[in-house]
Parts: sequence; C-alpha cells; structure tokens
Amino acid sequence: MSKRHLLALFSNFDEAEAVVRELRSVRIKGFDADKDMIVKSPIEHPEVEEFLGDKPVYVQWFTLGGALTGGLLAFFLISGSQANFFSQVKGGKPIVPFPPNFVLTYEMFILGGVYISILGFLICAGLPASRSPLYSAKVSEDQVGILVQADEAASSTLKSIFIKHQALEIQEEAGK
Amino acid sequence: MKDISEDIAWAKINTDVLKSLENPRKLYWVILLIAIAMVGVAAGCEVYQYNTGMGVSNKNNTHVWGLYIATFIFWIGMSHSGTLLSAILHLMHADWRKPIYRFAEAMTTFSLMTAGLFVAVHLGRVWQIYYALPYPNGRQVWPNFQSPLLWDAMAIFTYLSSSILFLYVGMIPDLAICRDHLHPGWRKTLYTALSLGWEGTDRQWRNFRVTYLTIACFLIPLAVSVHSIVASDFAMSQQPGWHITSFPPYFVAGALYSGCAAIITLFIILRYVFKFEEYMTLPILKKIVRLTFAIAMVWTYLNLIEYASVWYGHDQASKDVLIQKATGVYAPFWWMMNFCGSIVPLILFFKRFQTHIPVLFAVSLLLNMGMWLERWMIVAPTFSHGYYPWTWDHDQWPSLVQWGMVFGSFGWFTLLFMVFCKVFPSVSMYEVKEMVYHRSQATKKLEVTGNLAAAGKGAH
Repeated sequence: MSKRHLLALFSNFDEAEAVVRELRSVRIKGFDADKDMIVKSPIEHPEVEEFLGDKPVYVQWFTLGGALTGGLLAFFLISGSQANFFSQVKGGKPIVPFPPNFVLTYEMFILGGVYISILGFLICAGLPASRSPLYSAKVSEDQVGILVQADEAASSTLKSIFIKHQALEIQEEAGK
Repeated sequence: MKDISEDIAWAKINTDVLKSLENPRKLYWVILLIAIAMVGVAAGCEVYQYNTGMGVSNKNNTHVWGLYIATFIFWIGMSHSGTLLSAILHLMHADWRKPIYRFAEAMTTFSLMTAGLFVAVHLGRVWQIYYALPYPNGRQVWPNFQSPLLWDAMAIFTYLSSSILFLYVGMIPDLAICRDHLHPGWRKTLYTALSLGWEGTDRQWRNFRVTYLTIACFLIPLAVSVHSIVASDFAMSQQPGWHITSFPPYFVAGALYSGCAAIITLFIILRYVFKFEEYMTLPILKKIVRLTFAIAMVWTYLNLIEYASVWYGHDQASKDVLIQKATGVYAPFWWMMNFCGSIVPLILFFKRFQTHIPVLFAVSLLLNMGMWLERWMIVAPTFSHGYYPWTWDHDQWPSLVQWGMVFGSFGWFTLLFMVFCKVFPSVSMYEVKEMVYHRSQATKKLEVTGNLAAAGKGAH
C-alpha cells in the first residue's frame, strides 16, 4: 500500500508532546509510532527525548575507537621512526623514549578522537541528508514539527489527532 | 538585571541575527578597510624580507626569534578564550555564554591561523617549515620527535583543526536557519551545502548533543596542552630565565587572560557594529569582566612566583636576566607589562566600571598590550643576556620590518574575524533560543511555586 507523509506544525512543545503521547498510545493500522514518526524542533530540547523514549546514541563508540587508533598510530609511527636509529650510537639513551613520545601520542589521541567523533556524528545523524518529503522553514524558526509516514487509510485518523491538539498547519504529500 | 530578556520571540532572534549578515553599521566597513591596509603593510614587509634576506629584520645570532616568536605566543594565547567560553563554560552549564561563545570560537580559530604565519615568517625561508612536519627526508631520517618544537607544530595543528571542526559542528543548526530564511543567491547556496541537510530532527539533535559535548571534553585538555607545550619550548631549554617549572601554568593563565581581554574588546565592537545590544547585554559583559579580573589575579600570582623562584634560586645568570629586565634597556617595557597586567585590571574590581563601555574598551586594550609585552619580555631579555658574555647583545632593537609584521598581524586577524562575522552568524541563534526558553520556563516554575507558597501561607 502506498505511504503518505504528513507534517503537522505546533506552536510549542507541550502540544507536540501531547500528540506524541497520543500517537504512541493509540493503535493505528499502517502506522508504527516508533518507526514512522520524526519530531523536528528549532532547539535541542531534552524533553523531546524524554517523551520519545530512550533511543541509543553511538557517537561515543566512534570517539573511543578514533582516540585509541590515533594514539596508537602516533606511538607506533614515532617508535618506528626512532627504530631507524638501532644502527646508530644513542649514548646509552633509550631508543624509544616513553616520556617524550607520550606528548605526541596524547595529541594524536585527541586528534583521532575529534575527527572520528565528527565522522560518527555524520553517520549516526544521517548527514549529509537530502530534504525530507515534507519540510517547513518554520521548524528552524519557532515551531515544532511532527512528521509521520503512514498508509493512506490511516492519514485521516492522524490528521484528526493533529487537529485535536491545535496543529497550526498540516502539510500532506503522497510518499512512495 | 537579567542576562537576556525572556520575552524575545524566537522569530525575532532569527531576524536580528540574519540582519547582521546583510546590514551592519558603517563602522564595519571602516574597520575592514583599516584591517586590509594593515595586512598590506605586513605583506609588504614579508615580501621585502623574503627578497632581501633575514638581515632586514635585525635578527642576529643572539636574537634569533625576535618579535616574531613573541607575537606567535601572543596569538596562540589569544586563542584560549574561545575554548574557555565554549567548552569549559558549556560543561559547567553556564548558559550566559550562549550569545557570545560563537565569536569567541571564531577568535580561537583566527588567532591560531595568525600564530601559524609567524612560525613560517620567522624562518625567513618559509618552505623550511617542512622540517616541522612528520615526514622523513631522502635518507629516511625523520624529524626529532623529542623536540618541543615538533610537539608545538603537532599541538597547534591538532588545536586548529579541532577548533575549526568544533566551530563548524556547533554552527550547523544555524546554517540551516540561514539556508531557510535567506533569499536565493551565493549565500543560500553556501549555507545549503554547509548545513548538510540539517532539519532539526530528534535523531539529529540527539547525536549533535553528544558530539558537541564529546568534542568540548577533548578541547579543554587540548587547549591546556597546547600552551603547556609552547611553554616547554622555553622551560625545557637551559636558558637563564626560561628554565622555570611554573612556566606551563603561567603560560596557560596568560593565555586565558589575554583571550578574555580580547573577548571584551570584540564584544564591545560587535555589539555596536552588528546592533546586538539585545543579545550581548551588559549583565553578560559584567560576567566576562569578573572572569577576566579573576584570571588577572591568577596571572599576577604566577608572575610573582616566577620572579620569586628566580630571585631566591641559585642560578645567578637567571637572576642577572631578571635584574636586566628591571633596570636595563627593556626596563620601560618590563615595568609597563607589570603595570598593564597587574595594576590596570584592578579597575575591573570596581562595580561601576564593570559595565562602563569606554573604560572597559580602553582597559581591555591595555590588558592585551600588557600580555603582548609579557611575551616579548620572555623572549628578548633572555636572548640578550644568556650564559655566555660573548653572546650578550643588549642593544638589539627589532627593525621596522619586524614591527610592520606584528602590526599587520592584528590587521590579518581583524580581517578574517570581521569577514567571518559578516558571512556566518556570530550569535548562535538556536542556543539563544534555548537560553530564552529555559529561562522563561524557570521563571514560570518559580511563579507557580511562588503562588503555591503564597497560597500555602494563606491556608495556614
């Protein structure tokens, strides 16, 4: 069955929250609140996460991987280059001195952590992204948007829920 | 008095900030022209020095670093305030930073870009900077990874690239606002590309929050390590006046100090030029001023520690350098540095000056002059009066070429900074909205509790 996209705009978070709670509590055929609903807001709002429920974030694993890779890469690069001096006289000093090597290892630990965190962010947030089927510039101004995807049959029920909660505007577009 | 009015409509925040991208006061163009002229002076000096040779800078075997490295340290130091405002205060949930952290972050980036130029300039043969890169020569000999100079190059590269990424990531939601609300043209194309299709979905915000926090956590130790490493360039050598244990924290405190002073200067300029009076408010300025005062006192303490450790130490040569600073050819500058760094900030102690814009503008410039002199007084006196009397050179004076380059660096920084503020939003729109939202929610809650308390009182 073909899917239809609906975007409802609300003037504040309370109304949006009420809609989300209702959409999660009612059973609508052809609509799954966990998969088919996206909340768009102009600011980062912790309550949105609360009423949407716990969703995992994996960026920190990228950070850990990047930092460890960066640090190890630096240490082995430096140690490897210092190993060149095996055939040369070092005056009794260690060939691979740990304290000075730690400085660059530390810098590369941070560099790797930052770079790969950004990569992780882009992957986890799905960026760069093409425009969603429905978008309103009002979402980047002062309104909260709820974008849903549902079977055509369910769209009238969804619309009635949006209207009940004082949606300022409802946009509709047939999906694929 | 509130940091920011809680009644500002979110749409108005967008409108006001976007207006700054198109319609600044005339002073903006005046500043831009002066900056371009200053860059012209520096470019002329560099071309002359490059074509004629390093001799024109008056540097010699004794004074190998001159004003170039002193100014390099100054600009590195200046960069620290961006990290302080955006990362440290972010972790501490100090939301008053929100209207001003963006320009502080930009300041960090452009200060580092300016500092990097001096490393190349002081070499004379600019392509020799290649020796600071971790790349082996034809005989497979790598650079000396145990040298603080190489650590410096790596630390600055890490700091610069991380700062640019931090600035960019934090700006993505605002770039989306620009994309959505500006008329078609080159700007819209630029913002569309840079905003990466951001739509403010819950998934995007969730990952954004964690990423921003993570990078902030990385940037704080990174900023401290960068200036500690710059301090190591000096402290790990055996030169009199440099081989001092307290140098790394002294450098970091000096960096935060000059950065905060520069934030005051730029705050005042941006507030006027871009008509940001409603966002860059006097209560916020007061908070930065108090922070600057506190850091000034820390710097003064560490400065005195440095003098005391030299004076009561057993290194006669270091003591001689200190005496030279106080009584020799550098004495006027050394005393000026102490005056500007430790006495002038006492003005900030008085409440009525904490929001007095003309006084604060003058004080912030004097503080930064003191901080620049501090760096010069670290570099030059030690070179002029080292361990070996046959290397002494008390009469060396930097040539006009060196001064021209230092002068031009301020123009270069200003040029980059002002162009940035005209192309990208220098006030974070989404964070100001958050600030307004959370504060109004808190006020509402307070009113409800107040009413309840009042009702409770009546009932009992």
